[in-house]
Order: sequence, then C-alpha cells, then structure tokens
Amino acid sequence: MEKHEEHTAHVHRDDEGDKLGMWLFIFTELLLFGMLFLMYAVYRHKNPEAFLLGGEELDVFIGTFNTVILLISSATVAMSITAIQRGNKKQALVLLGITLFIAVLFLVNKYFEWGAKIEYGFYPGSDLLHELGHGTTLFFGLYYIMSGIHALHILIGIGLFIYVVWQIRRDKIHSTDYVWLENTGLYWHLVDLIWIFLFPLFYLIH
Amino acid sequence: MSETTTAKHVSFLEYKGKYKGILGWIFSTDHKRVGLLYLYTMLVFFSIAAILGLLMKIQLIAPGYTIMGPQTYNSMFTVHGIIMIFIIVVPGLPAVFGNFFLPLMIGAKDVAFPRLNLASWWIYIIGILVVLSSQFLGGWPDTGWTFYAPYSFRTPANVLPALFGAFILGFSSILTGINFVVTIHRMRAPGMTWLKMPLFPWTLYATAWIQVLATPVIGITLLLTVMERVLGVGVFDPALGGDPILYQHLFWIYSHPAVYIMILPGMGAISEILPVFSRKSIYGYKAIVLSSLAIAFVGYFVWGHHMFTSGMSGRALYAFSFLTFLVAIPSAIKVFNWVATIHKGSLNLQTPFYWATSFIFVFMIGGLTGLVLGSLATNVHVHDTHFVVAHFHFIVFGGTGYAFMAALHYWFPKMFGRMYDASWANIGWATFFGGFLTLYLPMFALGLQGMPRRYYDYLPEFHTGNIISSLGAILMIAGALIVITNLVRSSRHGEKVTGKNPWGGRTLEWESDTPPTLENWDEIPKVTEGPYDYK
Repeated sequence: MEKHEEHTAHVHRDDEGDKLGMWLFIFTELLLFGMLFLMYAVYRHKNPEAFLLGGEELDVFIGTFNTVILLISSATVAMSITAIQRGNKKQALVLLGITLFIAVLFLVNKYFEWGAKIEYGFYPGSDLLHELGHGTTLFFGLYYIMSGIHALHILIGIGLFIYVVWQIRRDKIHSTDYVWLENTGLYWHLVDLIWIFLFPLFYLIH
Repeated sequence: MSETTTAKHVSFLEYKGKYKGILGWIFSTDHKRVGLLYLYTMLVFFSIAAILGLLMKIQLIAPGYTIMGPQTYNSMFTVHGIIMIFIIVVPGLPAVFGNFFLPLMIGAKDVAFPRLNLASWWIYIIGILVVLSSQFLGGWPDTGWTFYAPYSFRTPANVLPALFGAFILGFSSILTGINFVVTIHRMRAPGMTWLKMPLFPWTLYATAWIQVLATPVIGITLLLTVMERVLGVGVFDPALGGDPILYQHLFWIYSHPAVYIMILPGMGAISEILPVFSRKSIYGYKAIVLSSLAIAFVGYFVWGHHMFTSGMSGRALYAFSFLTFLVAIPSAIKVFNWVATIHKGSLNLQTPFYWATSFIFVFMIGGLTGLVLGSLATNVHVHDTHFVVAHFHFIVFGGTGYAFMAALHYWFPKMFGRMYDASWANIGWATFFGGFLTLYLPMFALGLQGMPRRYYDYLPEFHTGNIISSLGAILMIAGALIVITNLVRSSRHGEKVTGKNPWGGRTLEWESDTPPTLENWDEIPKVTEGPYDYK
C-alpha cells in the first residue's frame, strides 16, 4: 500500500499566536456576558424596587465566601504558572490541586444556594414568583441565567484543569512549553472576573 | 509493509496520509481539504434550500392554494432562511475560499490552528444535524429565520432544534474567525507587510473580527430563547414582564453585522478577480482596505434600521437612519474603485469576469434599494413587503452568491488542477443572470404596490408580477443547474491545467503548484512587491 511520508513541518509552534487566540476567545466571552449585563441594566431600570427586594433574598454570606475562594483560586493558578516556569513540577501540581478543589467547592456552594432558593419557591414558573409579580420574576430569571452560565464556565474550567494536570504529569507541559497552562489560567481569570461583577450586582446593591 | 514515497510534489488531492479514502478527508487538518469539505457540504444544502425556494415560487404562481397550504409555506420559508443564512452565506466564502486560499495568499503552510480548523467543520456538521433533526422530532419550525419573540416560544411548531442548531453553528463561525485573525497576524510570509497583503485576506480579516465580536451576541440571544421556551424565565415574554423588542435589538446587533460577514469576503474576491482580467493593478488599494475596515466598524451601529416600525424613540430612528446612509459610503467607494479598475483595462472576457461584473450590477441595485429601506418615510411604506425580500436577495444572493460563483470559477483550476468547460459556464451564467433578474426585479414592483411578504396567498391584482417572478425562478434554477453540473463534471473530467498560473494572476497563490502540494511551498516565499503590480 502506497503511503506518503508523514509531514511534521506544518506543526509549527507559536506561543504568542496561541495566546492571541485565547485573548480573542475572551473577547467573545465578554460580549456574551456583556449582553446579559445589558439586559440586567434594562430590567433593573424598569423594576428598581423588585430588584432591591430580590437582592435581599440572596444569601450574602455564601456569595461573599464564594467570591473570596474564587479570588484565591485565581492566585493559585497564577502561582502554578510561575512554578512551572521554574521547573517545579510538584509545586505546580499542588497549586493546581488547590484550584481544582476550590472550583468544585464553588459549585457545591452553588448547589446548596440554588437548592435552598428552589425549596423556598424561587424558580422560573413558580407560584411564589407569579404572586410577587414581574420585577421579581425577572430578577430571579436573570439570577438563574447569569449565575447558571457562569457555573457552566466553572465546570468547563474544571475539565481544563484536569486536562492540564494530566499533561503536566505526562511532562507534556513543562518549563519550556507551558502555553496550555497559561491559556487555562487566562480563562480562569476571566471566569473569576465575571463573578466579580455578578456578585455585587445580585447580592450587594441595595 | 507500506511503501513510503516522497510527498514533495504530490498534490493535496492525491496525498495519502494516516487515513485512507473518505477518512483521509474528514480527519484531515489540511486547510485545503477542510475548505473543500465546506464546499461540498454547502453544495448539498444549497441545493436543498434552493429547491424549497423554487417550491415557494411555484406556490406563488397563482393566488390561493397551488401546491401547499399556509403552514407548509411558513415552514418552507423558515427552513429556506435558516439553511441559506446560517449554513450557506454566513460561513460562505471564508469557510470555503478563506480556508483554501488564505494560507496560500499570505505564503503560509496552513492556518494558525489546523486542528481547531477541522473542529470548526465538525461543529458545523453537528449544528446542521441538530437543525435538520427537527424534521424527525416533531416537524419544521414556522417562525422565519429571525425567531422573533414572543412567537418563537408560543408557537406549537418545533422551534427548539433550529434554535439550538443555530447556536452551535455560531461556535463554528467564531472559531474560524479566531483562526483567521491569528493566522493573518502571525503567519504572513517574510516581506508581506500589512499593505502588501492582497485584498481578499484583508476582507477576511475584517470579517473575522465581526465573527469574533458579533456572533456571541446571537449565541446568548438564541440560548435565552431556548430557556424562555423550556423554562419560562421571562426575559423576552411580555406576560412575565420581559420585553420582546429587546429580543429584536439583540438579534439585530448580531444579524446586521452578519450581513457584512456575508458580503465583505465577496467584495474581497471581486477585488482579486477584476485586476487579473483587466490586466491592470487595482485602483485605490488603500481605499478598499480602509473601506473594508470602515464597513466592519460602522456595521455594528446600524442594527436599528431593521426595527423602524417596531417601536423606538424618534431620536433613535434618526440616528439609525443616518448611520445607515453612512455605511453605504464605503460600499460605494468600492464600487467606484472596481469600475475604475476595469476602465481602460485590456479585458480578458472569461467566466469569472462575467460573474464579477454582474456582481457589481446586482450589488448596486441591492445597495441603492437598501437606501430606500434606510430612509424613514419610505421604509414605513415598504416595510415587510416583497420589496424587502427583493432587496435582501439582491444583496445576499446577488452579492454573496455571485461573488461566490466568480471566486469558484476563478480559483477552480488551482483547486482541482482542471479547467471548467468555458462555453457551458458562460451559458450557465447567462441563464442564471437572466433568471435572477426576472425573478427578483418584479418583486420590487410588487412590494411598492403593497404585497406583503411571508404569505402563501395574495390579492388577484398581484398576479401578473408573481407569474413573471415564478417563471424567472424556474429559469434561474435551470441556470444554477447548468453551472453546478458543469463544475462538478469538470472537477473530474475537465481539461488538465499544467501551468501554475492559467489567468496570469499576480498574487501569491498562483506561485504554488497546481493543485497545491500538501504543505503549499517547499520554501516559504519572500515577498518584495505589492499584490497587483501589472507593468
């Protein structure tokens, strides 16, 4: 059977290009959430009182706790990149382990937070929201959509971290080739940044 | 035991790698094969959607029930629109010719992310399958391709697969956009400065930015509509306090720039073709570059002109109308440049040139009638009539479609190493062009007389115009059939092209082998001259 020789020359390496690609992807994420923030602004403007009351229903303690741990996880990712640059594989793995743990913890908290709200009757289409009127329905509609899509990003982040940890263990990511880790870190900072906006908008503004 | 031969001068069509047969195509990361995968996929779905269009025109050949009832008609224009917009013209030229020729024209061996590129095609296929699954999961949607709220979550018809499929197709578009921006930034051959880059890559660059910055907006909007339909979150539902007009805003914030995703690469292809067949360098290279970027930029701020009758403040209406007139200027600059390029050229009358010049003709009709729609007073009169349908098809089908055919004939010898049959190609073009004008010109008149769009029926006074239009549709489909049959046949049996450069083009892709080898170049070329030096 005739077979042509394998080509490897076009598998070129360009870390700058890879990072540029990631930044472009981050722009798309910003526009996606930007539209949600736009909707939030429109509906808050139309229903100021209901949004005020809605915010008081949310648990500021869980929100604050999640904000703090997410900030810590951003720091641990950044530190793991430094560790890889210095060739300290074990330290990088430990730091990524902490990040992964925090990401899971964030979702666990979210699960209990949502569970409590749903048990109480705050969910789309519930009788309680129907009684409370349009403004509250919209507040909780947006709350579930925005924090839900954010949680989906956390979930994708977990997948990325598992991949990166696996690649570090196989020595595919190391001190001279770590753009995958850097890009995962960029993504994680974005996820963190979006939460930094979601948190005050839903929990704190009174 | 496999025998390894050197692949140095084996064409990409004959290259045998890890996988064989069709697997060697659908798992190939070679940008040229990915481009052709898109081409074949589009050919299949274009045929389906064109048949739907023809059936609609046959329904409209006489008032009342001819071959279908209202619900079938509604489903047909919906599916026709979804396929044509999301599967054909939005990916359109970038996915086919961008993939195939961008690396060749800038002197690269592939795009920046070849695997991501193949993934884009796979995501595209998955999106198509999801869209079409509605056929087997409860019937076709009936909302029109715009999915306007609140009908899209109130209708009993099956809208979810279409919404979700269009959402998935958006990912494919975004990934292609990211890939092209990075490729153009990072992989131009040595010596190819920004202003030595040919115009087709320039328009791909402007398009890619729109894909990156606008597509997420439609993504989230479609996702919200899915959630509205499934969960009833209330954001677009007036019964729950939401605002359906906000849906329209979000929809058009993407879908107007998307019109420029469709047309800009077409303009780029025309700018490549005219100098080659006029034997003259392009007139006003920099003006074309700048006007492409201007279109991409100003195109973001005109979405409101789709909503003049939906309910907006007077001030917003004036602003959107003014900006719409503004965005017409860069397009007009291009038309001027193209005509000036042909002027006093030594014309080589070949099929790509016919398609390109007829592009200018239909594009001008489409563009000028766009201004009729962009002015507030006339818009109220012709809004939601056949005038809009005619204008839209003159731009999207007349513009993008003609540019696509021009590009396909122009690059055909490079892609397949064979020449199309010129006389059949010309007959096909003439039939198509005649059919096209007969089909769409009467629709302007019908619209001005007040015939609304999206109805399967009409008043008797519109009968004459509709008969002419429907006959035009049959003629145009016959033309398309001739063109496509000729190309498909020629790709296998056409006369072999031996030289690298059958048209005498000056851009870089003509310096590669015909058809190109797997890696395009033995050595990355060095660029010293501008792209259109005919002296």
